[in-house]
Amino acid sequence: MDLSYGPQYDAFRQEVRDFIATHRDQAPRGQGIRSEPVKRWQKLLIEHGYAARTIPVEYGGHGGEPDILKARIIGEEFAAAQVPGGLGGQGVSMLVPTLLELGTEEQKREFIPPTLAGDMVWCQGYSEPGAGSDLASLRTSAVLDGDEWVINGSKIWTSTAHLADWIFCLVRTEPDAKKHQGISFLLFRMDTPGIEIRPLVDMTMASNFNEVFFTDVRVPKDQIVGQRGEGWYVANAILGHERDSLGDPNASLARVNRLVELMKTETVDGQRAIDNPAFRDRLIKIQARVTALRMNDMRILSSRINGRGDTGLARLITKLQATELRHDLEGLGIDIMGEFGLMFGKGPHLRDQGSWQNHYMYFLGLIIGGGTSQIQKNIISERGLGMPREPKAVVPAGS
Amino acid sequence: MEFGLSEEQGLLRESVDRFLDDHADLDRVRKYADDPHDRGDDIWSGLAELGVPAVLVPETHGGIGLTALDAAVVAESLGAHAAPAPYLSTAVLAVAALRLAGDEAQQGAYLPRIADGSLRIGAAVSELSGARQGAAVEARDDGTLHGKALFVLDPDADAFLVADGTRRFHLVQADAGGVETTLLPQVDRTRRIAELALSGAPSEPLRGSGDPDVALQVIDLGRVIVAADTLGAAQEMLDQAVAYAKQREQFNRVIASFQAVKHLCAEMAAEIEPARALLWYAAHALDEVPDEARLMACHAKAHLAEVGQFVGKTATIVHGGMGFTDLLGLHYWFKRMGFNRQVLGGPERVREEAARVQGLA
Ligand SMILES: Cc1cc2nc3c(=O)[nH]c(=O)nc-3n(C[C@H](O)[C@H](O)[C@H](O)COP(=O)(O)OP(=O)(O)OC[C@H]3O[C@@H](n4cnc5c(N)ncnc54)[C@H](O)[C@@H]3O)c2cc1C
Ligand SMILES: Cc1cc2nc3c(=O)[nH]c(=O)nc-3n(C[C@H](O)[C@H](O)[C@H](O)COP(=O)(O)OP(=O)(O)OC[C@H]3O[C@@H](n4cnc5c(N)ncnc54)[C@H](O)[C@@H]3O)c2cc1C
Repeated sequence: MDLSYGPQYDAFRQEVRDFIATHRDQAPRGQGIRSEPVKRWQKLLIEHGYAARTIPVEYGGHGGEPDILKARIIGEEFAAAQVPGGLGGQGVSMLVPTLLELGTEEQKREFIPPTLAGDMVWCQGYSEPGAGSDLASLRTSAVLDGDEWVINGSKIWTSTAHLADWIFCLVRTEPDAKKHQGISFLLFRMDTPGIEIRPLVDMTMASNFNEVFFTDVRVPKDQIVGQRGEGWYVANAILGHERDSLGDPNASLARVNRLVELMKTETVDGQRAIDNPAFRDRLIKIQARVTALRMNDMRILSSRINGRGDTGLARLITKLQATELRHDLEGLGIDIMGEFGLMFGKGPHLRDQGSWQNHYMYFLGLIIGGGTSQIQKNIISERGLGMPREPKAVVPAGS
Repeated sequence: MEFGLSEEQGLLRESVDRFLDDHADLDRVRKYADDPHDRGDDIWSGLAELGVPAVLVPETHGGIGLTALDAAVVAESLGAHAAPAPYLSTAVLAVAALRLAGDEAQQGAYLPRIADGSLRIGAAVSELSGARQGAAVEARDDGTLHGKALFVLDPDADAFLVADGTRRFHLVQADAGGVETTLLPQVDRTRRIAELALSGAPSEPLRGSGDPDVALQVIDLGRVIVAADTLGAAQEMLDQAVAYAKQREQFNRVIASFQAVKHLCAEMAAEIEPARALLWYAAHALDEVPDEARLMACHAKAHLAEVGQFVGKTATIVHGGMGFTDLLGLHYWFKRMGFNRQVLGGPERVREEAARVQGLA
C-alpha cells in the first residue's frame, strides 16, 4: 500500500493549483454552451493541458502523454477549487473517444477539433420507445439509396437534442441480420430536413431530454463510424466510457462536506440538525459509504496504473453504487431541512439554490439512464460472479 | 502509487488460507464449538508456525513486526474460515497494549512468548467501548484489581489484559488468586467470552497506559481487525451462496439462473467490494495516516457491521431451507459476523464516536 503519487506529481499538483489561482477569474460562471466565456476557458485549458490532455494536437487536443494520475490530479484540483474543468457533454466524453478508437482519419479531423473547441455540440440517439434496456432491439431504420442513407423512425430520452448541432445515432441497416449485427453507427446534422424535435419535461420540470422523429432524413453514405452492421460494437466502446464517468466519488465527498455545514445551520425547535442523534447517525452512515466508494475508486485507479486486471468486480459495481448512494445522500439533505427541504423553484427559503431536491431527482434519473440498477445487477452477477445469462426471448430478426 | 495488497500480503493470505483449509475445516470448527475443553491448541500452534501470533510483535522481541494491514489480511482469512483462535485478544489487543504501554521488561517477558504461540492473553477490554450493568475494574495502589469485567475475550488464556475504569491496562495471570471466570454461553460458538470477577487479584500495570490515548489506539486497531474478520466471513458467505446457486436445481433449472437470486448475489458483491477497499485503507491509515486513523477505524467497524448483517441474511436466504440448517453450517459465519457487530462497540455507538472525532458530537 503506497498512496503517495510521488514527488513529480506533487510538483504537477502545485502547477495546477497555481494555474487555477492565476486564472480563476476567467472561468465561466453559468454561461451556456457555445458562449464565448465557455469557449475561451476551454481553449485556455487545452493550451495548458488541463482539457483534451492526451488528444493529439492535429485533432485540436493538447497532445500530452497519457498519464492517469495527472488526469486524476487535474480532476481533484478543479473540483476542490470549485472551478469548472474542461467541457463535458456527450460529444466530448463519448463521441471523441470513440472516434479516436474507431473513426477514419477524415472523421477525426472533421469532427474532433470543433467538438473539443465547443463549436460542435452533440447528442446521443440510442434509446427508442421500444428499445431502452434492450437497446439492441432498436428499429429506427436506415436504407441506402445511392450515396445516401434514408432514415426513418424515432428516438426518445435524447438529452440536449434541442441544443445539439449533430447526433451520433444507432440505426438498423441490416434488417435480415441477427439483432446485434444489424445496427450501424451514423453521424448527422440535427438541422437535416425531416428531423423533428419535441421536448420532454422531466420530473425536475426541466426539459433536458427530447423525442426525436426522423422522416426520410437523408445522410451522406460515408457518415458512418465502423462498417455497416458494426454499430453495436462501436456503441459498446462508448458505453464503457459512460460507465466510468457516472459515479464521481469526489463530487459525492464534496456534497457530504456541504451537508455537514448545512446540518450545523438548520435548526428545529432551536436544535441544530447535527445535534439530533438520528440525523447524525444517518450522516455518518452515508459518510462511510462515500468513503468506501472513494477507496474503491482508488483501488481501480491503482490497478489501471499498474496494469493489473484484479478489479473487475470493483469496477462493475460502481455505476450501481455511486448513483444509488448519491440519491440517498441528496435525500438526507432534504430530510434534515424538513419542510424547507420542499422549497423548489424561485421562492423564499431556498437552501443552496434548491439543489438538494434537484439532485435528489436528477440522480434518480441517473439510476435509470445509462443502464438501470437492475441491468447493472444483471451485469454484476453474470460477468462478475459467473452466474448464467438471462434466457433470451426469441426475437425474430429485424422485428 | 499502489492501492491494494502487496505480493507478500497475497502470499501471507494464501499460506494462512492453506493451513486453515486443511486444519480448521468446518468439522474441526464444530468440534471446538461442541467441546468446552478444546482450546484449539492444534490450530493456534499451527498458526504460530506460520507466524500468525508474531505478525505485530517487533522483530527485536521475536516477532515479524508487520503492519496493521498485514494483521488485517490474517484476520480476513480467520473470518473466512470461522476459525477459533485467540488472535484478536492475544496477537492484536495484547500485543498492541504491550507495544504502546509496556516497559522494556514487560515487552521482553511477554512478547516473545506471544510470538511463538506459547502464551495466550485474554482481553478484558469491553468496558472501553461501553460498560454494562455497572461492570468496572478498579486498580488499587497495592497493585491489586477489584471488580468485574464482562465479555472477556478468550477466557481459557494464560493471562489477561485488563482495562480498568480509568482506561489503564494491567496484566493478570489467569491462575492468580482472586481471579474467577464464568463462561458466558453465546451465539457465536467459534469464540468464547466470559465474565471476569477480580477480588484482590495481583496485577502488573502497563505504565505507559497513563496516556489516555493508548487505550483508544488499541481499540482502533481491534476494531479494524474485527471488521477484517467480517469482511472475510462475508466474502466466504457470498462465495458459498453463488456456488450453491450454480448447482441447486428447481423448476428444471439451476436457481442461479433466476434473476431474483442473481440480484441478491449482485447486491452482496456490490456491498462487499467497496467495503474491502475501505477496510484496507483503514488498516493502512493506522500506521501511515495518523490524522485519519481513528475516523477510518470507526467507519470500517460500523460499515462492515452493516455489510456483514446484510450478507449474513442474504446468503442464508439464497440457500433456502438448507441455509437454516446446522447440517450445512452456514450459520457459523452468520453468527461470527453477529458477534463482530457487537464486540468493541456496536455500529450506532461507533458512529457516534466517528461524529465526535470530527467535532460533530
Ligand atoms: C435522465 C436521463 C437521460 C437520458 N439520456 C439519454 C440520451 O441522451 N440518449 C439516449 O439514447 N438515451 C438516454 N436515456 C435513456 C436511458 O438510457 C434509458 O432510459 C434506459 O436505458 C432504460 O430504458 P427505458 O427507459 O426504456 O426503461 P425500460 O428498459 O423499459 O425499463 C423499465 C424497467 O424494467 C427494468 N428492466 C428492463 N429490462 C430488464 C431486465 N432484462 N432485467 C431486469 N429488469 C429489467 C428496468 O430496470 C426498469 O426498471 C436517458 C435516460 C434518463 C433517465
Ligand atoms: C424453519 C422451516 C420450517 C419448515 N417446515 C416445513 C414443514 O414443516 N414441512 C415441509 O414440507 N417443509 C418445511 N420447510 C421447507 C420450506 O417450505 C422450504 O425450505 C422452502 O419452500 C424453500 O425450498 P428450499 O429450501 O428447497 O429452497 P430452494 O427452493 O432450493 O430455494 C433456494 C433459493 O432459490 C430461490 N428460488 C427458488 N426458486 C426460485 C424461483 N423460481 N424464482 C426465484 N427464486 C427462486 C429461493 O427463494 C431461495 O432463495 C421448512 C423450512 C424452514 C426453513
